[in-house]
Amino acid sequence: MEHRENPTQAGEVILEVRDLHLEFHDHDRPEVAVEDFDLELHRGEIVGIVGESGSGKSMTALAIAGLLSRHALERRGQILFDGQDLLRCPRSTLRHYQGDEISIVFQEPMTSLDPLQRIGRQVEEPLRIHRKELSAQQRRELALRTMDAVGLPEPEKVYRMYPHELSGGMRQRVMIAAATISRPQILIADEPTTALDVTIQAQIIALLRKINEDDGTAIIFISHDLSLVRQLCHRVVVMRKGLIVETGPAEEVFGNPQADYTKMLVDAIPKVVL
Amino acid sequence: MRYVLKKTVTTLATLLVVSVVLFASFQLISGDPATRMLGTGATPERLEALRAQLGLNDPLPVQYVRWLVSYLHGDPGISYVYKQPVSTLLASKIPVTLALALLSFALMCAIGLPVGLYTAKHAGSALDHAVLVLNQVIMAIPPFFSGILISWVFGMMLRLFSPGGYVPYTRSVAGFLGYLVYPAIAIALPRAAQLSKLLRGSILEEAGKDYTRTAYSRGNDTNGVLYGHILKNALLPTLTFLGMSLANMLAGSLVVERVFNIPGISNTLLASIGNRDYPVVLATVMWIAVFVIVSNLVVDILYRALDPRVDVE
Repeated sequence: MEHRENPTQAGEVILEVRDLHLEFHDHDRPEVAVEDFDLELHRGEIVGIVGESGSGKSMTALAIAGLLSRHALERRGQILFDGQDLLRCPRSTLRHYQGDEISIVFQEPMTSLDPLQRIGRQVEEPLRIHRKELSAQQRRELALRTMDAVGLPEPEKVYRMYPHELSGGMRQRVMIAAATISRPQILIADEPTTALDVTIQAQIIALLRKINEDDGTAIIFISHDLSLVRQLCHRVVVMRKGLIVETGPAEEVFGNPQADYTKMLVDAIPKVVL
Repeated sequence: MRYVLKKTVTTLATLLVVSVVLFASFQLISGDPATRMLGTGATPERLEALRAQLGLNDPLPVQYVRWLVSYLHGDPGISYVYKQPVSTLLASKIPVTLALALLSFALMCAIGLPVGLYTAKHAGSALDHAVLVLNQVIMAIPPFFSGILISWVFGMMLRLFSPGGYVPYTRSVAGFLGYLVYPAIAIALPRAAQLSKLLRGSILEEAGKDYTRTAYSRGNDTNGVLYGHILKNALLPTLTFLGMSLANMLAGSLVVERVFNIPGISNTLLASIGNRDYPVVLATVMWIAVFVIVSNLVVDILYRALDPRVDVE
């Protein structure tokens, strides 16, 4: 594994999650999805949240992105960003950050794009919402530049295409281009490679690292795949059944796991001999 | 463009087939137009002469081609009963029926689309539930019955219009439309109820899709997500319904014209069927077929324009 500079100590804290508690109430008995979740995200840092399905990692991601549905969900704790509590601030304040300062890329690139809208228009959407001072021409130029930066070939051509004309990997690049066009402080990647085949996975991971290094974007990387988290992240949070099992610098957690559950996960990583 | 061309050719072929089937089916109906025109007391010589004059003795394909050619030239023949050109006979009636059908269609959209949009946006609210129940009731009432109710309530009780007091568009366009609004409401209501229900369901389905969540994640407010993304997607299934509705509106017009005593093609068509007045019936039914098939063509082209996924091949 290559050595990576850990910006944890250097960067200031830009996001702080305190005692996050999420509870569903749409069944007979309340169901706890996330409990006592704490996280400090530093500027320019990549934090991985790992865990099996149902561990609460995606719920946490959606909570930070402000995308939890309003119904049948009880929420406690705080998600502090820019002096605001994202769990309690008005919707308008939340919208002000969404797509501009906090962006998210989802697991399903095949369905996460609007099927009836051209790629260019979708990539530019955050600018149309948050940078109203830009002209159509400026938006277009920025979109083409961002599309080029995420490795979309022939951006001019892809700009005019529709999602169904692109492969899954290309669509995920489009999603990443749209998520990073406004240079957010935080990019949340919720299992961004799960639906893609392995070679494309590696490319997307490399792209996320490039975005982190070039723009200093902090990334919260949600995955059930420990080897990916190990490749990419500076720091790791291991979750199980809504609780944090273990947290720390990636090298420590993977090199010397303390919790039994983490040990089991680490042992399950296939050892690739190169 | 190639798609439009291809669709247009298919449509013309369909119309040709329809014309053959129509022409052939009228030959199967019993009854001799010559006897109809001259009465049973006519001499065989006079009947024979008239048949020859009308071209009824020629082989069927010849009759068909002669009819088609003159139909395409805007001359669908001479009415056996009224002894005047069919085109003159229908010229004053078709615009009336067409106006009624199109007005009904416009009303259906004007009622159904906003109600569908509103109930989807406020799904689960008390008003949404009320509309849901009301829709079921309205869907169950056929236009001829609601037509009678409307005549009674708006005409007799509220005196907003005088039932049976049809105003020709040649006299006053405003008066004409003012009278047609009431039958149009009767035709439009059940379809508007279906449309609003369809659109509501379609919007709610699209709202649960992944791209909607993406749209919210970019900082859109509810209206931004609804009008910027969901609506266009939700309208696709509605479009097919709108196309079918045009044909439905025409059928509805034929029935409701009689309730409201409107001189459209309804009376002429029924009388001509009874009189074996083939040229009139053929021309009218052919006109209805053209209307239905062309409206389908328009829907296909619109669908293609809205949805890039529809492939040319």
